[in-house]
Amino acid sequence: MTQAPAKSLLVPDARTRARNASERRFRLMGMAAVAIGLVALVVLLVSVLGNGLSSFRQTYVTIPITLDAAVLDKSGNRNPDEMKKVTTLGYGKLMQTALIAALAEKGVDTGDLKPKEIMGMMSKEAPADLREAVLSDPSLVGQTITFPAFATSRIDGYFKGRVTMESAARDANINPEQLALADRMAAAGLIETRLNWGFLTRPDASELRPEAAGLGVAILGSAYMMIVVLVLSLPIGVAASIYLEELAPKNRWTDLIEINIANLAAVPSIVFGILALALFINIAGLPQSAPIVGGLVLTLMTLPTIIIATRASLKAVPPSIRDAALGVGASKMQTIFHHVLPLAMPGILTGTILGLARALGESAPLLLIGMVAFVRDYPSAPPEGLFDPASALPVQVYSWTQRADPAFVERASGAIIVLLVFLLAMNALAIILRRRFERRW
Amino acid sequence: MSLGLLLLLLLALGALGFLAGRQRALAAVRGDARDLHSLPGYYGQTVALFATVPALLLCLVWLVVQPAIVERSISALILPEDITAGSSLVLVMSDVRRIAEGMDALAVAGAASEGEIAALVGQPDALKERLAQTGVALAAPILPHIAEAAQVWRAQTALGGQIMAAAVLALAVAGFLLALWRIAPEFRARNVVERFVRVLLVAASSVAILTTIGIIFSLVFESWHFFQLYPARDFFLSLTWAPKFGGGSDLGLWPLLWGTLYVSFIALLVAVPIGLMAAIYLSEYASPAVRAVAKPAIEVLAGIPSIVYGLFALMTVGPFLRDWFAQPLGLGDSSSSVMTAGVVMGIMLIPYVSSLSDDIINAVPQSLRDGSYGLGATQSETIRQVVFPAALPGIVGAILMAASRAIGETMIVVLGAGAAAKLDLNPFEAMTTVTVKIVSQLTGDTEFASPETLVAFALGLTLFVFTLGLNILALYIVRKYREQYE
Amino acid sequence: MNDMRLTEKVVTETAKITARGVQVHYGTNHALKDVDVDILDKTVTAFIGPSGCGKSTFLRCLNRMNDTVASARVTGRIEMDGQDIYDPRVDPVQLRAKVGMVFQKPNPFPKSIYDNVAYGPKIHGLARGKAELDEIVETSLKKAALWNEVKDRLAAPGTGLSGGQQQRLCIARAVATSPEVLLMDEPCSALDPIATAQVEELIDELRAQFSVVIVTHSMQQAARVSQRTAFFHLGHLVEYGETGHIFTNPTDPRTEAYITGRIG
Repeated sequence: MTQAPAKSLLVPDARTRARNASERRFRLMGMAAVAIGLVALVVLLVSVLGNGLSSFRQTYVTIPITLDAAVLDKSGNRNPDEMKKVTTLGYGKLMQTALIAALAEKGVDTGDLKPKEIMGMMSKEAPADLREAVLSDPSLVGQTITFPAFATSRIDGYFKGRVTMESAARDANINPEQLALADRMAAAGLIETRLNWGFLTRPDASELRPEAAGLGVAILGSAYMMIVVLVLSLPIGVAASIYLEELAPKNRWTDLIEINIANLAAVPSIVFGILALALFINIAGLPQSAPIVGGLVLTLMTLPTIIIATRASLKAVPPSIRDAALGVGASKMQTIFHHVLPLAMPGILTGTILGLARALGESAPLLLIGMVAFVRDYPSAPPEGLFDPASALPVQVYSWTQRADPAFVERASGAIIVLLVFLLAMNALAIILRRRFERRW
Repeated sequence: MSLGLLLLLLLALGALGFLAGRQRALAAVRGDARDLHSLPGYYGQTVALFATVPALLLCLVWLVVQPAIVERSISALILPEDITAGSSLVLVMSDVRRIAEGMDALAVAGAASEGEIAALVGQPDALKERLAQTGVALAAPILPHIAEAAQVWRAQTALGGQIMAAAVLALAVAGFLLALWRIAPEFRARNVVERFVRVLLVAASSVAILTTIGIIFSLVFESWHFFQLYPARDFFLSLTWAPKFGGGSDLGLWPLLWGTLYVSFIALLVAVPIGLMAAIYLSEYASPAVRAVAKPAIEVLAGIPSIVYGLFALMTVGPFLRDWFAQPLGLGDSSSSVMTAGVVMGIMLIPYVSSLSDDIINAVPQSLRDGSYGLGATQSETIRQVVFPAALPGIVGAILMAASRAIGETMIVVLGAGAAAKLDLNPFEAMTTVTVKIVSQLTGDTEFASPETLVAFALGLTLFVFTLGLNILALYIVRKYREQYE
Repeated sequence: MNDMRLTEKVVTETAKITARGVQVHYGTNHALKDVDVDILDKTVTAFIGPSGCGKSTFLRCLNRMNDTVASARVTGRIEMDGQDIYDPRVDPVQLRAKVGMVFQKPNPFPKSIYDNVAYGPKIHGLARGKAELDEIVETSLKKAALWNEVKDRLAAPGTGLSGGQQQRLCIARAVATSPEVLLMDEPCSALDPIATAQVEELIDELRAQFSVVIVTHSMQQAARVSQRTAFFHLGHLVEYGETGHIFTNPTDPRTEAYITGRIG
């Protein structure tokens, strides 16, 4: 062995310098990896927020409309059943007259545009909304009301920068003169873009009416499913965890259950969708698109998460508590239900909320059980409503991305924001629960 | 009797049973609870449990079994001539079901009395019109025989419902009386209740096994149907995927499998180095302040639903890759591509890889690090030459788990990878995956019993076997790894 | 105190490491208080004292292993061959190549026996080729008295050896970087008596080449292997001198109490 010549410690040799350089490179790579992760998060959030925030605002045409009794209620009884005979078409004519009149009154130059083209700037949903408003309050007939009506998605897109004069020239649904008129109407105060709560409350709308589409049915559907998941997965998950953690003997059967739970947690979500389609819909005959089916399949997917969280919090309760209870003559069950379970409750609830948050964002299995279907009617109140067709938030995002009109992409991003807000709230609740009640032994 | 009312009655019976049982137990000892074997509440609980649980179980089983039995008896009523050309028994049965439901809707809405409905059965056109008013629109004219079958369906379903209500209530009352009769001071009510609860707990823990059985059953059952209609050899060996509406489809697995593996490979290429280096940096180098911010921030990525990543791929990453890489390099002009889906999926997997590797790196004992530092190794030498090799089996397990996630991921590929099934090497080309095709075949309008639909189950089975294999292997490796340092 | 200065004078010319006023804090815990020690070349020095007395802490100061503990703060001056090892220009990596360390529990890397020993020479670039590396591995294993037991299975994993063999493998690993000082932190505490005897014998042989510093719980061991002994108590260096002197005629009452078993 060659004895290295004695070197001063104060002067690093060439090899040490090279090694330290490699050390710095390695550390830099680590920093770069963390930075990439963080940048990806920021870009993701910015892109979703940037595309979606505008969907909470909508362009309205606000005009005074005279609700002529001679047109809307010929018999004069103000009986909604009789008034139903007047179709949306009738309200459309009324609205068109009112719009032209309002333009004339404000002195807005309509150029060469025909009345039909001017009316084409309004949403096709607007007359239906007006009809709805009149039918729900027949006393409006005969009055002149100021009615904010949706402008079409192209006019809306023009004010949000999505539609330009150039794109309008190539667009069959809008032309540049209409956009120019929209500018003049905005100057005259007839058109404005403002907050649209309807995005959260209205049902979905058809392909040609993106401006009227909302998340009402989807939010309700998701809420129903979460109820089903909570009601089923919490008791079943806690019961299963208690058995496995506190009572089960170590044998083949419990081993099998353990392996099953570990594997179920990793089964692709789409496979759960296939299970639901084959078992719940084809064999058990439950209806398609129903929150009950979605809730059931999400329950099965959430169970492993809840069981794992619950077992961890049961395990965290020190054995001394069990010994103390058993020592005063409590039975095993009494020990568990009187002492261990209440102490583990905060952890169980935290795990459950996180499991629910996972389930809320899940979409793949719901596609297979028909939740992509176009649903305009709100489901009725539970429990019957659980069997009514509904949509779900993440699935609504998906179905909007599948539509041709780019206005739906904006709404899909808006729906994502709503979804993320719900998830954020649930996670915050879980963190608060943990901070507030978690016990360290 | 409606289901809701039946359940309410059961609950009421249970509550009543609790009070009655408690009362009877106390009465038996003249109000002195100390003479009872168990606390009075337990006697009440035995009655409540015996009254409700068996009845609820019967109700559940009945609800699942009855439709199947009714379906079978109605199927027997359908004559061969009822099945028109291009139709099938399944389609006719679904018509029967819809007509019956439409009739129910008419009856419930009060639009028609039972007598009117019975009369309508003889007039198919009028029936069709009335049904259309309730929202049940039928394409073809209703055959009289089908309308009769629908009536029989309604009658049998209604009768079944009544028998069920009667049977369930009878069982509940029987359980109630039996439990009440058993109550005596020396009756070990607590033990009975605890045994009962234990059975419920065991049942709850079997849900996991039932789910697995359900998954395997539904996949195998329908795949078997598929292989009756389509040769298994072609499915596993054909290199073409070209479903056609009229039949004669090519349903080869390979193009889909190739797309799946290609996307997953790119995803891992992104996620593994970044996730691993991030885990190493955060666990070995970062100051506590940096770690406290960066670690949860990266984990936020794991909490974001995959539909969000899908939209991100569709709106942002796809167009970006197309405009800055694919088009300038002349590699194509599709915004959905293997690359788009792979990169976005890689981002999604970063936190997954990093938190798994973090656990594994932390499981490497400090004494090994000390040994290396003690010999004058730098930190990176220690990590690369001592910690990493020691953690390698665990990290391989983590990568396998990430791979299984990538293979099973659906929404990102549905929105980012495209729908064209092809065997291509160009990563900027749109390709499709197993999961995409499962979605498109099962959400399409094709008839359920056709090979084009049923192929989804065979694809699902392939996917399940693949991911299960990877997971079991990964769990085995990780478990072995953990044992090594325990 | 007079005694200590006296012994110091005798040995300064051969001091390998001199420590003056060394203090160590772990967070708010003052673990080591004002320690002055001279470690002699080609001598075995034993650090004894009850648990938590600071002897291991001081040992870890000598090759700056305390740098890897985030909360540790070392003050004072430690010189090796007249150079301050805490000088900001000193790279601890280079220092640790000269001051090797063997730990309480055998900690062979999960690699082959050969790779375990070759690890240090590889990272420090001590061998110019495969043949030279082979030679280093062989001599190191011979020095650690392990060669005959493992020469036929150098490719077998180091973790498969028995406890005593593992510890000797760790010694071989430390010896392979040709250190000038070898620090041993209770190297026999995890070993059975036979393995302990083998390691102690080995320590005695290693003294011919390096200065060895050994922390031990066992006073018998200190008496058997060391020429000089330092007694630590509650973070203070109480007494330091020739082993025979400390064990037969301790100056400080605390030392006496410890070696007669009244504190510990």
